Amino acid sequence: MRALSEGRGHASVASKWAYALLVVVGLSAPFFAYPVFAMNVLCLALFASAFNLLLGYAGLLSFGHAAFLGSAAYLTGAAVKLWGLPVELGILAGTAVAALLGLIFGALAIRRSGIYFAMITLGFAQMIYFLVLQAPWTGGEDGLQGIPRSKLLGILGLSGNLPMYYFVFALFLVGFWVIHRTIHSPFGQVLRAIRENEPRAVSLGYDVDRYKLLAFVISAGLSGLAGSMKALVFQSATLSDVHWHRSGQVVLMTLLGGMGTPLGPVVGALVVVGLENYLASYGSWVTVITGGVFMACVLSFRRGIVGEVLALVKRSF
Amino acid sequence: MIQVLSGQLLVGLINGSFYALLSLGLAIIFGLLNVVNFAHGAQYMLGAFVAWMGLHYLGVGYWWALILTPLVVGLLGVVFERLCLRRLHGLDPLYGLLLTFGLALVLEGLFQNAFGISGNSYPVPEALQGGTNLGFMYLPRYRAWVVLVSMTVCFTSWFVIEKTRLGAYLRAGTENSALLQAFGVNVPLMFSITYGFGAALAAFAGVMAAPIYQVTPLMGSSVIMVVFAVVVIGGMGSIVGSIVTGLGLGLVEGLTKFLYPPASDVVVFVVMALVLLLRPAGLFGRPR
Repeated sequence: MRALSEGRGHASVASKWAYALLVVVGLSAPFFAYPVFAMNVLCLALFASAFNLLLGYAGLLSFGHAAFLGSAAYLTGAAVKLWGLPVELGILAGTAVAALLGLIFGALAIRRSGIYFAMITLGFAQMIYFLVLQAPWTGGEDGLQGIPRSKLLGILGLSGNLPMYYFVFALFLVGFWVIHRTIHSPFGQVLRAIRENEPRAVSLGYDVDRYKLLAFVISAGLSGLAGSMKALVFQSATLSDVHWHRSGQVVLMTLLGGMGTPLGPVVGALVVVGLENYLASYGSWVTVITGGVFMACVLSFRRGIVGEVLALVKRSF
Repeated sequence: MIQVLSGQLLVGLINGSFYALLSLGLAIIFGLLNVVNFAHGAQYMLGAFVAWMGLHYLGVGYWWALILTPLVVGLLGVVFERLCLRRLHGLDPLYGLLLTFGLALVLEGLFQNAFGISGNSYPVPEALQGGTNLGFMYLPRYRAWVVLVSMTVCFTSWFVIEKTRLGAYLRAGTENSALLQAFGVNVPLMFSITYGFGAALAAFAGVMAAPIYQVTPLMGSSVIMVVFAVVVIGGMGSIVGSIVTGLGLGLVEGLTKFLYPPASDVVVFVVMALVLLLRPAGLFGRPR
C-alpha cells in the first residue's frame, strides 16, 4: 500500500516540533480534558501506532489486531485480579502473550500476501473471540470486571486518575519511542523497501518473511501493551476488546489520521475516540457514522489528516 | 446416536450450502474486479431483511421474494459499484476491502437502529412445510429444498461461467480486463453487472436463509468471517473450488458439533491454520 513517506530536511525539523507538541499536550492533557477520556485516547493511539507500523511501513493490512489488544487486556486482568500479580508483571504478561500470539499468527499469515493476509488475520482474531467467549475465566458476555489498580512497584498508588494518567502516558511514550526507533532504523528501511517492491527486496537478498514476521511481532506486542494499559484504565476487559469492530476501528484511526506518518495514528485515535464519545448516546448510529467516515476516507481522503497537512507543507515550501 | 450424527451433518450441509453460495459470489467479484467484497455478509443480511420487510409491510410472499429480493439488492450493488467502487479501480485492492468494510458497517448499523439486535422469524412457505422420515433421520422439506436449490444455483453459475459466451468474456476479463476492453467489450458495464450479480447472489442466499436462521442485523457479519476462511482454504482461483470447499467445511463443522460441540465455532479457523501450514496457496489455489 503506497503511503506518504516522511520527507527530509525541513520536514524532519517540523516533526521534531510536532513531537515536542505531542509531549506538551500529553503532559498537560489531564488539566483540560477528562483524564479517563485522555487515557483512552492514549491507549488507542498506541494501538493505532503499532498497527501503523505494520500497515504504513510494511504494507501489511491486518484485520485482526483486536486479538492482540484484547488477549493482552484479558491476561493482564486475570494476572492482576485472579492471580494477584503486581501491576507491572501483569502488563508484562499481557504484552508477552500478545507478542507470542503475534509470532504464531504472523508466521502463518505471512505465508499469503495482500488481500489474503487481511482475511487470515481476521479469521484468527475471530477464533480468539470465540475462545475468550467460551473460556471459563473470562466472564463470558460480562467480561472481566473489577480489575484492581494496585500499587506500582509496591509504592506508587495508581487508584487516582492523575497518577494513573501519567503512568499510562509514560508507557505510551515508551511504546511510541520503540516504534519511532523501529521506523528510523535500517530494519525500518528494509520494511519500506518490501512495501514498495517486494520482489526487488527479495532479489537484493533480504529474507523478506523474517522482516515481515518481526514487524508483525513488534506490532502485536505493542498492541498488547496498549491492551494491558486499557484493562487497567477501565479496570475491565470486555468482549468489545476482541470483537472485529475493534480491528476495524484501528484501521479507521490509522487511515483517518494518515497511514505511514508517525503522528497520523495519534491524531486519528483522538478524532475517532472523540467522535465516539460525542455520539455515545446515539446507539447504533455510531456504527453507521464510523462506516460512513470509512467510506469517505477511502474514496477521497486516502492520505489522512496528517498526510494532507504534510502534503500541504510540502507544496507551500 | 446415528440420528444425532446425521442431524448435525444435515445442519452442516445446510450451512455449507450457504458458505458455497456466498464464497461463489465472492470469488466471481474478486476474479473480475479484484475487490474482496467485505459487504457480502451485509448484502446477505439485506436479502433476508428485504424479504422479511416485503412479507410484513407489503405482503409479498416467499416465492416472489426469492425473485424480487436479489433484483433489488443487485440493483443497489450496481449503484454502489457505479458511484463508489469504480473510483478505486487501479488502486491497491486493500482499498476496495476497506470501502466495502465501511459499507458493511453502514448497513449493519442502519438495520440495528431500525430493528434492534433481536431476531425476527420468517415463516417457512406452506408448500415446503413438514418433512419426511427417512428411517434413520427426519428430513424437513425446507432444508432439502435449500440444499437442492443452492446446488442448482452453484451448478448453473459454474455452467454459465465455464461454458457460455458471457462466461468467456468474464474469464477473459479476469485474466486481463484491459486487453478485453481493447477488443471492444464494454468492460466497465461488465464490472457493474458482475458486482450486481455477486450482490444478488448474496441476497438470494439471504432469502433462502431467512426461514432457517433468525433474521437479525448481525447475521451477515458472523457468516462472512467463516466465508473468508473458506475462501482462504479453497483459494479464490476456481469456482468449483469455492463450492466444494464451502460444502466440505459445512460438513466438518457439523461433524465437530457432533464430536465436540464447543469447538464447532473455531474449527473452520483451525482448518485454515492447517491449510496454511501444509498448502499455503489453498486447496484449489494456484501457487504464486
